[in-house]
Amino acid sequence: MHPLGEKYLRKSSLPTLFCPGCGDGTILNAMIRAIDKLGGTDHFLFVSGIGCSGWIPVFINADCIHTLHGRAIPVATGLKMAQPGKHVVVFTGDGDCLGIGGNHFIHAARRNLNVTVVMVNNYIYGMTGGQVAPTTPEKIVTKTTPYGNIEAPFDACGLARAAGATFIARHTTALPRLLMNDLVKAVQHSGFSFVEVMTQCPTQAGRAIYGSGEPSVLLNELKGRAVVAKNVELKPGQFRVGTLHQDASRPPYAPIVTAEGTA
Amino acid sequence: MKILIDEAYCKGCGLCITVCPQHALAPGSRRSQKGYLMPATAEDKCDSCKSCEIICPDFAIVTVKEP
Repeated sequence: MHPLGEKYLRKSSLPTLFCPGCGDGTILNAMIRAIDKLGGTDHFLFVSGIGCSGWIPVFINADCIHTLHGRAIPVATGLKMAQPGKHVVVFTGDGDCLGIGGNHFIHAARRNLNVTVVMVNNYIYGMTGGQVAPTTPEKIVTKTTPYGNIEAPFDACGLARAAGATFIARHTTALPRLLMNDLVKAVQHSGFSFVEVMTQCPTQAGRAIYGSGEPSVLLNELKGRAVVAKNVELKPGQFRVGTLHQDASRPPYAPIVTAEGTA
Repeated sequence: MKILIDEAYCKGCGLCITVCPQHALAPGSRRSQKGYLMPATAEDKCDSCKSCEIICPDFAIVTVKEP
């Protein structure tokens, strides 16, 4: 086993319960490297919602709350108020963050709450069997859209920007080194930091959307659509990768409350 | 270089084979005790860039520089 895994993972829970080739494991890998750079698990508190992505922090040997579906950000709000000195990191999926917990997400961004939200976007509800999610592209045939999806998908980074988040980044599991660097920046940022991670789901989204359940095919597909350069026009289907927005001028929510003694 | 694959954790997904720039890893034919196909390794080609270590979802692969 990798030495960083030996150091930071809860070995009694391993191996991970993700499907072979799932991107969630790569995100866990990038997160423990970020933890290693930021000085260990003692400075971190993790909160997760429901879904495959909700299992990511469970394997880290640190304090973690596995909450109700969509309610990870309200729990993180309370946790940050009670423990303002710790880094609170929320792991949530696209359905959990934008569907069930959409309202909590936009209000946490509006308040500029000093937490990091890592949203794992696999375009589908994977754990429950491949139903349509708020991020599923149009015309895709899933279990609940047998004639093709007629709804337009959410742009999560655009939503976070409009709601007032002060650090926004989009990444993909196909470029894990960039993801690790921005996870470090997101945790260090003072204010609401939002990292969207485009990931492969070989079991559900792979079959429904891309027509292949092979992890390497899906990884190369993601890599082909990710655009790192900033001054390039996006073609249809492509998405921009990297830090999309950063604003350090707005004060975060937690210090204002604790300074006035109203916490 | 030495390429160590922990068979208790590897699920045979093949992501390490895809990202290896030196082609030191290839699809293998030997199965682990859990029944997953283990990648075949060519240790002389490896330059320990660690691309496989950082993509591995199960922390199963380590490359070590031999003294």
